[in-house]
Amino acid sequence: MKAAQVIMNTGTQAAALAAKSARVDVIPGYPITPQTNIIEAIAGMVEKGDMNARFIPVEGEHSVLAAAVAASAVGARVFTATSSNGLLYMHEVLHMASGGRLPIVMCNVNRGVFAPWTLWADHQDSFSQRDTGWIQYHCSSNQEVFNTILQAFRVAEQINIPIMINFDGFAISHCLMPLTLPPQEDIDRFLPPHEPGWRLDPANPSSFSNVTMAAEYATFRQMLSDDITASIPVVKQAAQEYKDITGMWDGDTIDTYRLEDAEVVAFAVNSMAAELKLSIDILREQGIKAGLLRPRLYLPFPAEDIIQALPQNAQVMVLDRNYNYGHSGGILAAELKSVLFDRRKDVTVKNRVMGIGGIDLTRRFMADEIRAMMND
Amino acid sequence: MKSLTKAYQPISWPTKGSGGDTGSWRTHRPVVDHQICNKCQFCWIYCPEAVIDRHEITIDYTYCKGCGVCATECPSGAITMIKEEE
Repeated sequence: MKAAQVIMNTGTQAAALAAKSARVDVIPGYPITPQTNIIEAIAGMVEKGDMNARFIPVEGEHSVLAAAVAASAVGARVFTATSSNGLLYMHEVLHMASGGRLPIVMCNVNRGVFAPWTLWADHQDSFSQRDTGWIQYHCSSNQEVFNTILQAFRVAEQINIPIMINFDGFAISHCLMPLTLPPQEDIDRFLPPHEPGWRLDPANPSSFSNVTMAAEYATFRQMLSDDITASIPVVKQAAQEYKDITGMWDGDTIDTYRLEDAEVVAFAVNSMAAELKLSIDILREQGIKAGLLRPRLYLPFPAEDIIQALPQNAQVMVLDRNYNYGHSGGILAAELKSVLFDRRKDVTVKNRVMGIGGIDLTRRFMADEIRAMMND
Repeated sequence: MKSLTKAYQPISWPTKGSGGDTGSWRTHRPVVDHQICNKCQFCWIYCPEAVIDRHEITIDYTYCKGCGVCATECPSGAITMIKEEE
């Protein structure tokens, strides 16, 4: 059996290599900072013949996702990537992909949204697409980006729901980290070829998602909502089977660190959650029983797993890299509070917004913030 | 891979009348004067609902919505729109 290969690579390269490993058929693409290198790398691999796939350069993100919808509807395995305002430009077609039940997998490299312009990471872009019917993962390392893309194709194709994989611009997208590439035969065993139950086929013409009367429409919407909720065990199974085959584990719906005996729990997503593990160590050295709970899934929000994992009487410090306009604080805190309400009255939730537009979040800064929040 | 549910979304297979009894929508009916009609087939080309017989130039009133495109496009003026009885 071939051994895994370890290389040094960036988050965007990891995403491109995952698309190659997943043997995707079609990649429509349009560049936007900080995602650009994913599209460039894939276009290069297709051009050199390293990937047996069709790369479609189009004129903007709305068309990127429209091409992805069409390619997915004929039964292709489809991957693409975007960032920030590119994701917002796709908004209408995000609904078409999920309502059309097309298992597209897309990376969104998190970047603050216009206006004013910014190039750097925050989570307003992906969180603002919460209600589009896409499953959303948030990743905190290059390796997790690679692993999650493969898991996402398994999940998406099993339940016919598109999946968005989010990771921070620059902190992940442009930073070199060691990346373990499992042997291709192991990946092929984990992710067999895509066999859709229905596809557009000129030999047997059909069309999809035409006008429906109210009762039919309501039925299909209910089905989408139910299936998104029912995806949690499918996500867990994919993570477990990926671990069984490759030995790698990033958590399933959630990831935890020093949580079991924690009195103070940091709650955050993406690269800041990786840095927070170091903040937890600092706080522990200072005699504070701190731990981390990182939701790897943002949608569906892993309510039961969070309720199970939080220690008794925990003080949860939600560190939001986004604004929940019209409310004080951020979106993650609102989600968490809605889950805990009536279920965990012993838990208190505190919230601060930080790191907007890429402001650096160091382990010391976040350790200081958490200590200060204890007195909020 | 095994699916959770069977039908995820409405799939339409092209069959005659799959859009329903659309003739009931009509307020005006196109009537062809076969004395004038020279069977140029313009009406057949332009009909958005494919309810005109290409060779006989007859109209299937079960599905014709009465949009009037055929009457507008007919270069000979052989098609007249006549108000449907109340």
